[in-house]
Parts: sequence; structure tokens; C-alpha cells
Amino acid sequence: MKIMVAIKRVIDYAVKIRVKPDKSGVVTQNVKMSMNPFCEIALEEALRMRESGLASEVVAVTMGPSQCLDTLRTGLAMGADRGIHVDSTSALHPLHVAKILMNLVQIEKPSLIILGKQAIDDDCNQTGQMVAGLLNWPQGTFASKATPSKLKNQAFAPTMWWGFPKDKSNMSQIGKKEYTHGTMKSLIDVVLDKEKEEVTVDREVDDGIETVQLKLPAVITTDLRLNQPRYATLPNIMKAKSKPIKKFTPQELNVEIKSDLEIVEVTEPPKRKAGVMVSSVDDLIDKLKNEAKVI
Amino acid sequence: MVNRNCRATLRLVTLINRQGHPHPPLSSSPSGHISHSYIILPFSIAFVFLTVLCFYSGTGIDACWKQLQRNNVHGEHKIVSFFSPLASSLKTRQWGVNIQSRCYGSASVLVQRNPKFSKLNDEDVRYFEGILGAKNVIQDDEKLITANTDWMRKYKGSSKLLLQPRTTDQVSEILKYCNFRCLAVVPQGGNTGLVGGSVPVFDEVVVSLSAMSKIISFDKVSGILVCEAGCILENIISFLDNEGFIMPLDLGAKGSCQIGGNVSTNAGGLRLLRYGSLHGNVLGIEAVLADGTVLDMLKTLRKDNTGYDLKHLFIGSEGSLGIVTKKLLQEARRKLGEILSAFEFLDSNAMNLVLNHLEGARNPLPTSLHNFYVLIETTGSDESSDKQKLEAFLLGSMENELISDGALAQDINQASSFWLLREGIPEALMRAGAVYKYDLSIPVEKMYNLVEEMRSRLGNDANVVGYGHLGDGNLHLNVSTPQYDDKILSQIEPFVYEWTSKHHGSISAEHGLGLMKANKIFYSKSPETVKVMTSIKKLLDPNHILNPYKVLPCSSIS
Repeated sequence: MKIMVAIKRVIDYAVKIRVKPDKSGVVTQNVKMSMNPFCEIALEEALRMRESGLASEVVAVTMGPSQCLDTLRTGLAMGADRGIHVDSTSALHPLHVAKILMNLVQIEKPSLIILGKQAIDDDCNQTGQMVAGLLNWPQGTFASKATPSKLKNQAFAPTMWWGFPKDKSNMSQIGKKEYTHGTMKSLIDVVLDKEKEEVTVDREVDDGIETVQLKLPAVITTDLRLNQPRYATLPNIMKAKSKPIKKFTPQELNVEIKSDLEIVEVTEPPKRKAGVMVSSVDDLIDKLKNEAKVI
Repeated sequence: MVNRNCRATLRLVTLINRQGHPHPPLSSSPSGHISHSYIILPFSIAFVFLTVLCFYSGTGIDACWKQLQRNNVHGEHKIVSFFSPLASSLKTRQWGVNIQSRCYGSASVLVQRNPKFSKLNDEDVRYFEGILGAKNVIQDDEKLITANTDWMRKYKGSSKLLLQPRTTDQVSEILKYCNFRCLAVVPQGGNTGLVGGSVPVFDEVVVSLSAMSKIISFDKVSGILVCEAGCILENIISFLDNEGFIMPLDLGAKGSCQIGGNVSTNAGGLRLLRYGSLHGNVLGIEAVLADGTVLDMLKTLRKDNTGYDLKHLFIGSEGSLGIVTKKLLQEARRKLGEILSAFEFLDSNAMNLVLNHLEGARNPLPTSLHNFYVLIETTGSDESSDKQKLEAFLLGSMENELISDGALAQDINQASSFWLLREGIPEALMRAGAVYKYDLSIPVEKMYNLVEEMRSRLGNDANVVGYGHLGDGNLHLNVSTPQYDDKILSQIEPFVYEWTSKHHGSISAEHGLGLMKANKIFYSKSPETVKVMTSIKKLLDPNHILNPYKVLPCSSIS
């Protein structure tokens, strides 16, 4: 079974964002760029599925200018088998991305598409849903850590996820996941059933956790607490250098990049004003009534 | 010529004696009397000194002047040669060289030979020949001209003696004798200075270090070079080129300037922009003080925070505090050196401690437990090229089996979680119970041997953890026990200090001495050095009110 993971190159999460003086966007020159954190989690989930034997191949897809190849290489260094780079210098909005993914699916024919729930630069949270809509596939969005999900005939190795020794200290580092032989008590949130061709996803929604069962092929978007992405180790970095990367352009995929959206202005959020010290409760009530107008 | 000098000298001496000019003490230690050094000072400072002296012995002025006028006849018209072109040009034509001299008559600067300095006599020359051998005692006029004249041919002295010692002990003997006899001395290296600091003003004895030109050792692991003061800079540069290292100092005069002179004048040069001044690059100095004491501040360690850092006094002192005979330099590495910004290591015990006691600490290489972990950080202006360099270096090291596994941080978050592992060790140690902390500078090859020896000494009583700045040769040895226990302390100290001292390390690489190691400075510093430190302390804080009981041993302060 093939899994396709889409990854996006964005401004690094830890960088302080600055708005350009002409308010047309944010400063991206000489700013550290890296993989979208949610895309990292998506890739990690795909790799875990492959390591458990449920999937045979993980393909990483990225779209954008040639610098995106760095991010793609990182994805390959984490463990993806192949890479696809869709070369485009114009800005790609979620609908374009979804259309490109739809056409790539016709070529690659994966059974599962895993994406991050949103990108940290535009916070759209649209691509996964749009892809599912275009392909008419079921979707399980905001997949997250949850209570133990229902178990079916599992075809994965019960205790050794990454080949760890059963060392307590190591175990405590990997996000508190415990695996015990035989009793099948696991906290995995996305449970893939190979035979029945279904995937059970625990979704983190406003009301709590919703469990859905999806028939494959399906689209999953990952939320923050699903897993902790692995580091790119040196042997994998070495192997990544020889992994193939296929190149496409949007034209080849019959997708027209026509933007229906125009960004008019980008401004910083208003600065937080300093707090005011009040001298008594009456003063507080007075301020709440008259100035803040909340009572 | 010599005979005439003799007579003049005698006359000068007797005259001064008669006037009751106080003889300065002949064997004072440098403490508190640094301004009264017996080595000749550059002429402007000498001038100040002279006026002060004249004030002290008012009646002495006339005598001095008369003597000097008489000296004119004998050829010692120092003032005249400075301030009158005529006489000097007369003089120079004798040797067939037309040296253009400048006239400083307009300046109100009059340098007069300080009468308290003795004149050279035969006995002195014979004594020097006894120390150095006749070959190294030069009175030949031609050789003396080059020693007497500076590179710009602006200043000319009239020294009659050039000495070329070959060892530090010989320099020490020379200075001891000159101090006793009150003979002024000019230390000279390549004589490429541009302010007349390296040539005699009058008849000072020139001590040239050109014969001490050996490169003593070069450690390729740490990039530390030990050489004698007379090494010519160009020779050092080509030697290091062969080894694949860069000298942090480079000047136009490299063909003739000597490293001892560079250090003594704190030379800047072409590469200061990148590598900083010699204050940062010279790790240690061996210097001979005016009274012949040899101060051995040579430590082949990148970091040493035991006591006052005396070597900085000598860097830039221009030969007025001591003659520098040997020095230690830090070289820049070529391969990853220019972007390397941190090189830390931790052992498996440290890693386990952090993973167990700190939340949020994540093992970057969970598949196997390793004995040592090294954290490398690079900083540069071009991220992609730096990343390529680092990857190439790491992959190369893996192929050469220098490293068994590694993880590369892909974004800032991963980088900070790597740093948490290293920076969180002290905190994890605090949470684990009581900790005995030692901060030692040890040669890199032997660094971990101490940890292993401590482990075998303490056995199961304690958890011995080693980590630190591997790139600087700085080990942080920590012994973690559930509670503080004197028995364990006695097992650790003084063994740790003795071991470090035996391997020529420093008992405090960066933490300093404070109260904990106040009486332990002798493990890393020689008694003479500590004596100079206590004199500086007495000079600046005579009542010892500042931070008492700390840093320097109580026995030497009181």
C-alpha cells in the first residue's frame, strides 16, 4: 500500500515574523525556512505505518520553487522512499495544491494521503478537505492523540516501533507511548486495518474526541499531538542523497495556476497594551463598566 | 674607546656619589616598583623619568649637565645627535653611509642619559663571555650598527655590546647581572619597530633574542604552538602552512620580525579583524623579569582561570616589564574551523541523567546507547553552504568510522532540543541529589582518563559524570551522590587536583578559584607567578579588604 504525504516549506516556527514595510506580506528574505511542523507529523505517521508493515512505500510531495528541494531532502532523510517536486514559482493557494494532488493521485495511485492539518504561514486548513472533496474520498481530519481506539486484527509488530531496546529510559522519551506484548493495549490513534481496508481515526474536535472509521483510499490530516517526529540521522541523510526525486510542473498536471485571491494588506496584530493597576474593587467595576464595557 | 668610556663612567659615578644622589636599591623585587624598572624605557618615557629624578636631587642637575658636556668631547653627545643634524651627519659620514636624520630641536623634548645607569666595562664583557661564550658576545662595530639603528633609520643608539643568549637561563643570568650592576638593557627581536622602541637610546646593552629561534612543539589536536621568542614570523607561518593551520597574526614585516617582539608589542597586523588581537591568541608566556626571575606562565591549555592572568601584562609591554622568551599560540583550523561555533561532549551517564530528570528531553539517537555524544554547532552567513559543509564533514567522519551515528537538527526547535540535552546537565545533576563539581583543563587525549579513574576509585558510591567543552579541552567532572558525604569528598580531593597537576592541566579552566580552590593555586601555577600575583594584590589593595580569603592562598597574602 502506498502512502502519499504532502509537505510544505514554510518560515521556521521559532523565527520572529516581521511584516514587510509595504505591507504586502511578511519578510522571507534571509529568514530560516523549514518543514511545516504539521507536515513533519504527517510524514512521521506515514513512516510509522510503513515500519509496522502496513504500508509499502511513502512518497513525499512538495510544491514550490527550487528551494523546496531542501525540505524534500529533509523528508527523504527522515525516511521517505521517494520524492516528487512540483516546480512552480507562483504562489500556490490550497485549491491549486488540492488540484495538483488530485492529478498526482491518478499517476501514483496511493491508498492513503496524509497531510498536516494546516500550514503555519497561511493557517488555511483547507487543502486536506479540498483534496478529499475533489477525489471523493473519505477524510479524517485533526487526527490526534486520544483514548485507545477500537482494535481489529492488527498486522503490526506489537512492541518494537523503531527497534528500541526495551529500556525504560528510552521509552519514556517517545511521547509516553507504551506497548505491551500480547494484550494489544495501545494508544495509537490511527489504526490501520490492512485486511479490511479501513482506517480508524480519532479526531480532536471542539467537543472532545470523535472516532471515525474510513474506508480506504482516504485522506487524513494530522494534528499536533499525534506523534513526535523523528530526527534525521546521518545514515538516513546519506541514503537520502540517492533517493529519486521526480519533477513535475503544474502544466504537465493540467492544473492552471490562476489566482482568484488577491492579498490586499498584511498587518501585524495590534500591540498588547500595558495593564492598568486598579486601586480598589469599586475602581475595577467602574473600569469594566465604563471603559471596557463588558458589564 | 673602551678606556675612555671607563674613565667617563668612573667620573660620572663618583660625581653622583658625592652629590649624595640616592642609589636606587639594586635588588628589589618588581612588586610595587614597576615604574622604576632597570630596563631602558623608550625615550619619551625616559624623559619623564629624568625630570622626576632631577627634581629629587636638585643639586644633581648641574653635575649631570656638566658631565654631559664633557661627554660631548668623548663622543657621547646623545642629545646633540638627536637634535642637531650637523653633528650626526658628521658622524654618519665616517661610515660612508649618508643617513638622513631628523631634527627634533623644536620639540621641547630633551632626553639625557640617566646617570644612575652604570657604564659598561671590561669586567662586564668578560662576565657575559663567561655565561654565553665569546661567540655570542658581540662588540664588532658593523654588527653593532644594525643593532643600534632602527628600521626607519630614524633612531640611532650607541650601544657597545650586543648579547645573543640561546636559552632562557642565559637571559636570566644576563638580567640578574645587569640588575646588580645597574646596566640598562634593550631587548631586541627583529628590530622592525617603527617607534624606536627596539634600539638603544644611549649605550644600553642590547640583548638580542634572534638566537632563540626554535619551534618547540606543535599540537595538531588542539592547534597550540610553543616556540621561542626569536622565531621569525614568516618561518612560523610556513611551518603552520605545512600542517594545515593558519597563524592568527600576519604583518608586512613578517620576513624579519620575531614573534617575541610581536607579542611584546601586541602587534595587530592583517588578520586581527578575524582572529582578534594577540591578547586572545597567546595562551601562555615565559618571561624573565628585570631581576632575573623566570616567570613560567606557559600552559598549553586553552582555558586557565587560576589567579590573575599575568601574561597580559607582558603582551604589549614593549619589553619594559620583562623579556619574553617563549610563547604559546592558538592556531585556526582550516577544515570546519571557520564556521565551527561549539564543540561539546557528554558521556552516557550524563545523557541518562538528563533524559531521566528533565522533562522534554528527548534522546536524538534512541536506537542505541552510545558511550559518548558530541554536539557540534556551526554558525555562518550562508545556511545552505554551511549545511553542506557540516554534512560533508559528518558523512566523511562516518565513513572513516570516527563517529558511529548522528542526527542533524532540521529546524530551530530541533536545535534547541539538542542544546537542552547539553545545557540541562547541571540542572539534572542538581535534581539527582548532591553533586561535587570540578572544572579542569586537561590535554584532550587524556581528558576522559580522569573520569574513568574516578569511577574506579568511587565504585558504586557515586555516579561519576563527565561532560564539557571538548573543543577547548575543558572537562566538567561531576560526582553525583544522594547526599554530601565527607568520606566521598576525601576520595575525590586532592586526588583530582594532583592528577590534573601531574598532567599539566589547570584546576580551574573557567569557573575560577573563589573560596573552594583558594589554597590550591599551586597545583597549576608556579610559586614565582603566585608571588607576582600577591605583589599586584598588595599594590592595588594594601589592606586586603576586597573579597578576602579567596582566590590567592592565605599564606602568601598575610
